Amino acid sequence: MSLLVIAEHDNAVLKTATLNAVTAAAKIGGEIHILVAGAACGAVAEQAAKVAGVSKVRVADAAHYGDQTAENLAALIVANASGYSHILAPATSNGKNTLPRVAALLDVAQISEIISVVDADTFVRPIYAGNALATVKSSDATKVITVRTTGFDAAANSGGSAAVEALAASADLGQSKLLGRELTKSARPELGAAKIIVSGGRGMGSGENYHKVLEPLADKLGAAMGASRAAVDAGFVPNDYQVGQTGKIVAPQLYIAIGISGAIQHLAGMKDSKVIVAINKDPDAPIFQVADYGLVADLFTVVPELTAAL
Amino acid sequence: MKILVPVKRVIDYNVKVRVKADGTGVDLANVKMSMNPFDEIAVEEAMRLKEAGKATEVVAVSCGLTACQETLRTAMAIGADRSILVETDVELQPLAVAKLLAAVAKKEAPQLIILGKQAIDDDANQTGQMLAALLGWSQATFASKVVIGEGKATVTREVDGGLETIEISLPAIVTTDLRLNEPRYATLPNIMKAKKKPLEVLKPADLGVDVTPRLATVTVTEPPKRSAGIKVADVAALVDKLKNEAKVIA
Repeated sequence: MSLLVIAEHDNAVLKTATLNAVTAAAKIGGEIHILVAGAACGAVAEQAAKVAGVSKVRVADAAHYGDQTAENLAALIVANASGYSHILAPATSNGKNTLPRVAALLDVAQISEIISVVDADTFVRPIYAGNALATVKSSDATKVITVRTTGFDAAANSGGSAAVEALAASADLGQSKLLGRELTKSARPELGAAKIIVSGGRGMGSGENYHKVLEPLADKLGAAMGASRAAVDAGFVPNDYQVGQTGKIVAPQLYIAIGISGAIQHLAGMKDSKVIVAINKDPDAPIFQVADYGLVADLFTVVPELTAAL
Repeated sequence: MKILVPVKRVIDYNVKVRVKADGTGVDLANVKMSMNPFDEIAVEEAMRLKEAGKATEVVAVSCGLTACQETLRTAMAIGADRSILVETDVELQPLAVAKLLAAVAKKEAPQLIILGKQAIDDDANQTGQMLAALLGWSQATFASKVVIGEGKATVTREVDGGLETIEISLPAIVTTDLRLNEPRYATLPNIMKAKKKPLEVLKPADLGVDVTPRLATVTVTEPPKRSAGIKVADVAALVDKLKNEAKVIA
């Protein structure tokens, strides 16, 4: 049995999310291959070849894979799908964009955002914003799966020595074209990979307050910064800060929720964090029901105090 | 240009979900059902395109139980011109829905299909992409801005690192993210008007689609409960707990 993991990368660096998907593949069992599709992505292939447990890296290097458009990527994956029992990708925005297209072209179901593997056909996935866990069994010949990265540890990114093989590119379908990206530039760790996250909600009152109050704390802790949907909708911070059912799913060692009331859609994105701290002036805020340590106080007073005390 | 807007009837987003004791699913008996919130955004976007003169007709489609007629009436109260229900009692999974929608799209020949990016019940986030694949169309998922041009659309997408803008050729699939728009409330006169708008009912067999589920649900369970911890009195106590009890900071 062979499994194909689709690499998440930016043509230069293999993203950690790929390593979580490799671990999910290893739990299923079998020979693991990684597909790297990109433009001038040789460095990514080299990194993929070093991932522990991977036996082959297949590289499709062509200009029309550089921007990871779903139409071209899906066509490539389908053209190279034969012989694989499982095709996996991390449940990143790229993975979620491309893999259902692959599944439909193969006429199989997709199993979205698995958090554990029961056996080669059976997987656990959250439904209803994580308020229930469904164990589902697939009857399809090929299992197409997206992997929730918080459900699986990252495979080691060294120690492997996979063979690297070039793949012929499929034709450019020319259906979509990237015009531009506005990516948030930050020296902080990525939300998905951070050990500590400082997150702000509506209680911050404004974008200015969000940055003025939370940044010094995040700097002190070396933390990534997140936000609730309310804070994003209010325009305090960009969309990529959002933690929750439809934003990013995170599970850091420490999650500090500040001025966040704790709507179920937000809890869905962070309740698997190891330790949760909540700071909110409303003692009845639902966030306190999941917090290990709650501090009922005015955030504008205690957050600077906390920053100073660390 | 005609726009097709698929809508799904789901548990209302304010309802607290309860897992059934026998592990077969969640309890939907006597629970308030509504249109999937992302689909409301899709209907709203279609209406805005119509009001801007970019679209001529908006057709809502739903697949599932007879009760989905209510969801279609809601879509027509927001403004959809007419609707189609593909009626079945079979549990529909995303691939089956995508096949039904592809069959409807072949009959209706829309230039644009706008769907919610995911339904808040199964959180699958698949149907739009699958539909695009089955039709061989381009796709722009997780949209926060849609601009229709000549034979193409420019769509801004919410992606992991921020925003990305792509140009797609029409016909195309767009799936909505939260910040695409704020859906309007249906007014009472429009709710009354919606009752008289045409609603066509089809069966999967009429469309020649096999809707047999591919995934069997083995069990549905409660997630492990996270118990509430303690309230600390002040910052000093919090720092002490984090350093010495939880040991998550040095």
